[in-house]
Amino acid sequence: MIWNETKECMSRDQMTNLQSARLVKLVDYVYHNVEFYRKKMQAIDLMPGDIKSIEDITKLPFTTKDDLRDNYPFGLFAVPNSEIVRIHASSGTTGKATVVGYTRYDLDVWAECVARCLSMAGVGKDDIIQIAYGYGLFTGGLGAHGGAEKIGATVVPMSTGNSKKLTTMMVDFGATAIACTPSYLLHISEVLENEGLLDKIKLKAAICGAEPWTEKMHKEIESKLNIKAFDIYGLSEVMGPGVACDCQYHKGLHVCEDHFYPEVLNSATLTPVADGETGELAFTTLTKEGIPLIRYRTKDLTSIDHSTCECGRTSARISRFKGRVDDMLIIRGVNVFPSQIEAALCEVEEVTPHYMMIVDRVNNLDTLEVQVELDSKFYTDEVRAIESLTKKISHVILQALGINAKVKIVEPQTLVRSEGKAVHVLDKRKLY
Amino acid sequence: MFAKQLTVFIENRNGRLSEVLNVLKENNVNILSLSLADTTEFGLLRLIVDKAQLGKDKLQESGFSSLLSDVSIIEIPHKAGSLQALLKVIDNNGINIEYMYGLSIGSSEAHVVLKANDTKKVDDILTENGVKTITCEELAKL
Repeated sequence: MIWNETKECMSRDQMTNLQSARLVKLVDYVYHNVEFYRKKMQAIDLMPGDIKSIEDITKLPFTTKDDLRDNYPFGLFAVPNSEIVRIHASSGTTGKATVVGYTRYDLDVWAECVARCLSMAGVGKDDIIQIAYGYGLFTGGLGAHGGAEKIGATVVPMSTGNSKKLTTMMVDFGATAIACTPSYLLHISEVLENEGLLDKIKLKAAICGAEPWTEKMHKEIESKLNIKAFDIYGLSEVMGPGVACDCQYHKGLHVCEDHFYPEVLNSATLTPVADGETGELAFTTLTKEGIPLIRYRTKDLTSIDHSTCECGRTSARISRFKGRVDDMLIIRGVNVFPSQIEAALCEVEEVTPHYMMIVDRVNNLDTLEVQVELDSKFYTDEVRAIESLTKKISHVILQALGINAKVKIVEPQTLVRSEGKAVHVLDKRKLY
Repeated sequence: MFAKQLTVFIENRNGRLSEVLNVLKENNVNILSLSLADTTEFGLLRLIVDKAQLGKDKLQESGFSSLLSDVSIIEIPHKAGSLQALLKVIDNNGINIEYMYGLSIGSSEAHVVLKANDTKKVDDILTENGVKTITCEELAKL
């Protein structure tokens, strides 16, 4: 089912015209309401009137995650707080969170986009959907929730952390859909299997996102649970889940292009590449009021396809992600930058600044091990001292990143030294 | 009287213990007693050697985290009940033992290496109670 045929199936010409009109309006809006953009445009002698159509977008400056950090917390907001009705936040590259604000209109658009995605997955008002993304500052839970309510489904706000309750309710309620991270769903499928509940569920569709997953995982989820699984994409800076989603043909993720203008850029020149070529994805939020972003660089690598999909939608499709431009990791749905670990370890005087992160997936759940070296001043002859130190470091990491890490103290001089760009991460999951 | 114990942090990897012992061998450092505290991730090798400082320096040079710390080497009669009697003295003074390991040389005396939560206090108490403590060098001569 197509939720909004007018917008999702309009001709390319109509879409370009709509995007052009919205971009012109957006540039004028940010110029007058966001000092950051006004200064950036003035620095390159660009006036709002210079942007006449969507083709002119390449004249505009980029926005990065660092810009959000530098303007923490509300510096990039285009409206006063009286207009902001919700705040979300995700991890920044260092200590500070990336904060985004939504007006009531922004929340309506968000729900609309998620509604389109759920419809692509065949979820409608007769369905019972369990939302098993975290509710809170993370956009996953509340974002998916808003869209599921909009389509009129029966929404069960599970959040994360209690697999037993989730599987019990899945069976007892006869849930027909679930939204969660793909790795969590694989874990759930194992719980169901172990409890002999696999043939008692009524699940037919899963909308999974917030972390990269492979075609292999996709197939495994579908065959194990006997359902259809769909890939939903989003990032809090741009909105949250619902920026794009794949349809039943799984030929790339349909971008809600009338709200988010996608560009795929050559990594070296930062100019748009042709359809089918790999590059970095950037989004311009065409209709956002709270924190509109111009050419926000996602650091995700993908390719784009503007041809009409077999499902009838004309919206541009981005391919399954091919990697990252930066060193960000997604662990259990949480964005993690090695620099955050580095900053956290600086608070612990007992260890040297050298570290190694080992990311793996055990029983379909992500694990993070952080290896550190003891500083020579803190060598000890007591096991207890080392064990309490590992606990302390785990705690510091949990506070900084919001995830549990296993800390391992290793012998001195065994971790890679920072010579230029040291390798601090060993990701054994092979997600791309 | 304190004795210097040499402690080495070792990751649980194949051959690591042997590499530590090799450094000591190369430098002619003789081991008089040892204890290995092991966890799933790492081990702490505690050694009483004849040349503690040399052992520490050479291990450090070879990239091991080595440490010298004060412990008591206590001489007790080599007969049933003597260790228990010693512990009674320590317990009665409210001292916690962090760890302890033993060695017995000859037929009349045995020795235990003891580390307490309060090293200074345990030394005073042992002296007050006429319990003999010795150094590594003295131990090496036995």
